[in-house]
Amino acid sequence: MKLLLALLRRDIILAARQGGGVGTAVGFFLTVLVLLPIGIGPDQATLQRLAPGVLWITLLLSVLLSADRIFQQDFEDGSLEVMAMAPASLELVALTKAVAHWLSTSLPLSIAAPFLGILLNLRTEIIWPLTLAMVLGSFALSLLAGIGASLTLNLRRGGLLISILVLPLYVPILVFGMSATAGNPELIMPSLLILAAITLTSLVLAPIAAAAALRAYLR
Amino acid sequence: MQLTGSNLACERGGRTVFSNQNFSLNSGELLQLTGPNGSGKSSLLRLLANLGEPSHGKISLEGGAPDLTPGQQAHYIAHSDASKSALTVTENLVFWRDFLGGGDLMRALQAVNLAPLADYPAALLSAGQRRRLALARLALVPRPIWLLDEPGVGLDDSAQKLLAALMNGHLREGGLIVAATHVPLGLDPDKNLHLGAAP
Repeated sequence: MKLLLALLRRDIILAARQGGGVGTAVGFFLTVLVLLPIGIGPDQATLQRLAPGVLWITLLLSVLLSADRIFQQDFEDGSLEVMAMAPASLELVALTKAVAHWLSTSLPLSIAAPFLGILLNLRTEIIWPLTLAMVLGSFALSLLAGIGASLTLNLRRGGLLISILVLPLYVPILVFGMSATAGNPELIMPSLLILAAITLTSLVLAPIAAAAALRAYLR
Repeated sequence: MQLTGSNLACERGGRTVFSNQNFSLNSGELLQLTGPNGSGKSSLLRLLANLGEPSHGKISLEGGAPDLTPGQQAHYIAHSDASKSALTVTENLVFWRDFLGGGDLMRALQAVNLAPLADYPAALLSAGQRRRLALARLALVPRPIWLLDEPGVGLDDSAQKLLAALMNGHLREGGLIVAATHVPLGLDPDKNLHLGAAP
């Protein structure tokens, strides 16, 4: 447990110091949200209708943008080999690194997103359901991004491939994330519960898949 | 403690790198791997580190911790440094200490003479100093088996001596070292394994 905390702390410090992937994700997120109203025009009703969907899609793409950072650097500088020889299983290492990605990238974005949604004239009454759904969903996003990142470990410019591999897995999160925030109050609770179920399933299965891919690369 | 490899063969990318290799190494012994480029020295070290599986043969460890694999009782110093430029020397070592299961930070810094640079970002280290940072892992976390892949690369004379002293100390405490090298290590190997020419 202590060793996983050490890994978590290191990855978050690295994300904060290096900027890089995290900075790109945040920058991308802000750029889209600032440019979109200018592109679509000042019609407030249209913006309001589009807002939740735009926020979700931007979150998805931002997470994907930073996904290749999860394992690639540690693979290139040999840290991953040393980690594979630690007394912790590679599954737990993969899980911890995905959690670090969530804490450093996806979680801050998903907390900030609903409030940035004000730029898109987001209806104020769905700010809280949206925040909740995004916090829940973003954890699954990071966990699934870990699978993509581990599968494309030593590919230069693996970003595109990560998107193709992982986007199909993101669709259910998008669907239920949207239904939680589409404005029908009866749908909020069931949608959040299904999102929680998706997240819990990813929590169990994603690290196993990621670790299997890592082992194949380390061989 | 005894590390044995019997009838080992390694295959990478469909090519047989080496086959039919045998060795056995007892506590306090140094096994030196020699051979031309591509003869499989690094591949053999990776097999010993459990980072791959032999296509044939068996690696066994007697007298180690029974619930750990040989790889989990070994240090593997590869060509890459496994250190992060964005962290300081101390932060790098503190992470590996906590991650690999505890050790003495000051002893490690002194063993590779990095104590004066302890708070220096690893990004500003020279190639030789980065190598010493990687080698500091050896002194930091006690593990009985050391797998060293060209450990002396990039080290100056005094650092070579530090490395030899480090290895000597480990052997005296009953550790095992397997080192692949082209240059003399500064101490006499107990055993030699020469891997043949690359096919």
